[in-house]
Amino acid sequence: MNTLAAAQQPPSFFSIAPDNWKLAIVMGLIVSVLAAILLPAAVSFWVVGAMMALVAAAFVVNAYRRRYYGGLLVAPAIAVLFVMNIFPLLWSLGLSFFAYQSNQQSIRFIGLNNYVKVLTNDLAAEANWNALINTAMFVVFTVSAQMIVGFLLAMLFAKQFPLRKYLLILVLTPMMLSVVASGVFFTYYYDPTFGILSYVMGHITGEQFILMDNKVGAVAGIVFADAWMWSPFVMLLVLAGLVSVPKYLYEAAAIDRVSAWRRFWNITFPYIRGLLMLALLFRTIEAFKLADLVILLTKGGNDTMTISYHLIRIANEQNKTSEGAAISYLMLFMVIVLTNLYLYMANRRSQGT
Amino acid sequence: MSSAIPFLERLGLRKASGVGEAGWGRTLFVAIVSFIYFLPVLFIIFTAIKPQDMALSVPPTLSPTSIFGLIPDAYVFSPTLENFTSVFSRSMTTGGAPEPTGFDRYFFNSIVIATVSVLLALVIGTLAAFGFSRYPLKGNDTYLFIILTTRMLPAIVVIIPVILMFRVAGLSGSYIGIILLYTAFNLAFTIWMMKSFFDELSTDVEDAARIDGSSDVKVFFKICLPQVVAGLAATFVFGLILTWNEFLFALLLSGPDTRTVPVAMNQAVSSGGRGTDWTLLAAIETLFLIPVFLVTFFLQDHLLRGVTFGTVKR
Repeated sequence: MNTLAAAQQPPSFFSIAPDNWKLAIVMGLIVSVLAAILLPAAVSFWVVGAMMALVAAAFVVNAYRRRYYGGLLVAPAIAVLFVMNIFPLLWSLGLSFFAYQSNQQSIRFIGLNNYVKVLTNDLAAEANWNALINTAMFVVFTVSAQMIVGFLLAMLFAKQFPLRKYLLILVLTPMMLSVVASGVFFTYYYDPTFGILSYVMGHITGEQFILMDNKVGAVAGIVFADAWMWSPFVMLLVLAGLVSVPKYLYEAAAIDRVSAWRRFWNITFPYIRGLLMLALLFRTIEAFKLADLVILLTKGGNDTMTISYHLIRIANEQNKTSEGAAISYLMLFMVIVLTNLYLYMANRRSQGT
Repeated sequence: MSSAIPFLERLGLRKASGVGEAGWGRTLFVAIVSFIYFLPVLFIIFTAIKPQDMALSVPPTLSPTSIFGLIPDAYVFSPTLENFTSVFSRSMTTGGAPEPTGFDRYFFNSIVIATVSVLLALVIGTLAAFGFSRYPLKGNDTYLFIILTTRMLPAIVVIIPVILMFRVAGLSGSYIGIILLYTAFNLAFTIWMMKSFFDELSTDVEDAARIDGSSDVKVFFKICLPQVVAGLAATFVFGLILTWNEFLFALLLSGPDTRTVPVAMNQAVSSGGRGTDWTLLAAIETLFLIPVFLVTFFLQDHLLRGVTFGTVKR
């Protein structure tokens, strides 16, 4: 009992014990800052890493001694996420305040200038705004198309019927295709000379049909390809909601002779609302990232540049790393605002009913 | 449609329909819709077995057989398996001897990277989910939200610093780097999904086992884990589909030794300035589709049940 009580007591700040995480954090910070200043980047990176490992180890020992099993179980996940997601994010946030190009050695602190440049500089700002407006347009079109198609497909598969399993996998396949292959094949389907679409349309109208030669056609082509690929995702989530509706509710509704519309609205919809919301969130976030299909289908021509593709160009092809970081933070800000708006609306709706 | 159903019913083809069941009429209708939806994929698969010179023929060739004269001869091609062999070895110059293309390596990379990272995320994520579910921390919801947010972030926001970080740490082009990155990429979804599974379980059995003297470790492995097998399967499939086809991270972070199929596919079909090699691309994609298609097919029941449990009945 005595030893247990001793183990429960937190160690004092200055005692050098393996579970003294407070001391570990302070030491880690001091060593990391010193290493960052004094040593070359390749070495200091590993020093910082070792310090983080030290702090993590202190946390784990501390959690184990005090029986915080929750902390112990969660620790590896937090560690991986921190190293691969949160730390890089903080790094790029810091980078966005510097003038830095990845193909040059020089680095210089310029405060908010990258953000000012991205938002107001004539040439850059115009390209950014165009890309942003296009992205908003793609988000609206692709997400609504996917939600509608996915929802209708899910309604088709909601009931049990013979061979359902085999037909469902057919509809799920587009999601499993690599974007590269399906994107390239869509350029073939849309091709004015060889493509199937042009062949069919040419027979109907009697003249050569070129889908991608104006903005409307190009956007429609990209939206169609994206909606085709990702509607199954929405379908799967909605379907999961539909199959989870308890049967006795429908049986009760059948006895009460409830109309089909009311049955859907009052019984089915509450079960799929959460999943619809989830699909909407995930697809909106994905639509914000839309770049691969645009690269493959139009290369940004016909005014179909999206912010994500623009960002890839700036950061990867033009090596303007810090400017890219500034754009990605503005983008991140927008995505967070949008997702929170969704969540707020979803919460208000579910509280209202 | 509606006229067909009584007829089918009379033939006894339609099951006695309770609530939530439909008969062969629904099968027929859904089969037509599914087939139309599947057509672009079918065309890719057919292109994979076309002779190379027929890939861009006008009118487009649509079928390997004429189905007893149903399809006019102009739309029919004679199937070949040549394209599949040229995925792995083909002559790079006109008339040259066939050389290995390295695609066996790329397929190996794709399988290793996707499987290891998804499984790693599953192990780490399941432990974390169990922690979040059974031993709530102070500010549990905040942690969960932060973890969810990392999944919500556009990959593009993370990619620039990750490139820099890998370059500095010497991890660019290594298996460890890309596997860890994909693990993090899958982790948020895994934790969130598995947590709702664990929340779903009744704690009565666990408590009873604890009173009988089982350790916490034993409770987790013998009681909790067997009950969430469906969830593990579902999470595995979702993670696999997303990781399998991931292109942007792979393009920017994999080296020549760790190149995955989507990246190699992109290079193989557009190199040499001869335009796209359609039959080759189709053959690669068809081969690449098979593993994930089979996994999804065999885990499909779990997938559907998994999502149901995981997200609805919180």
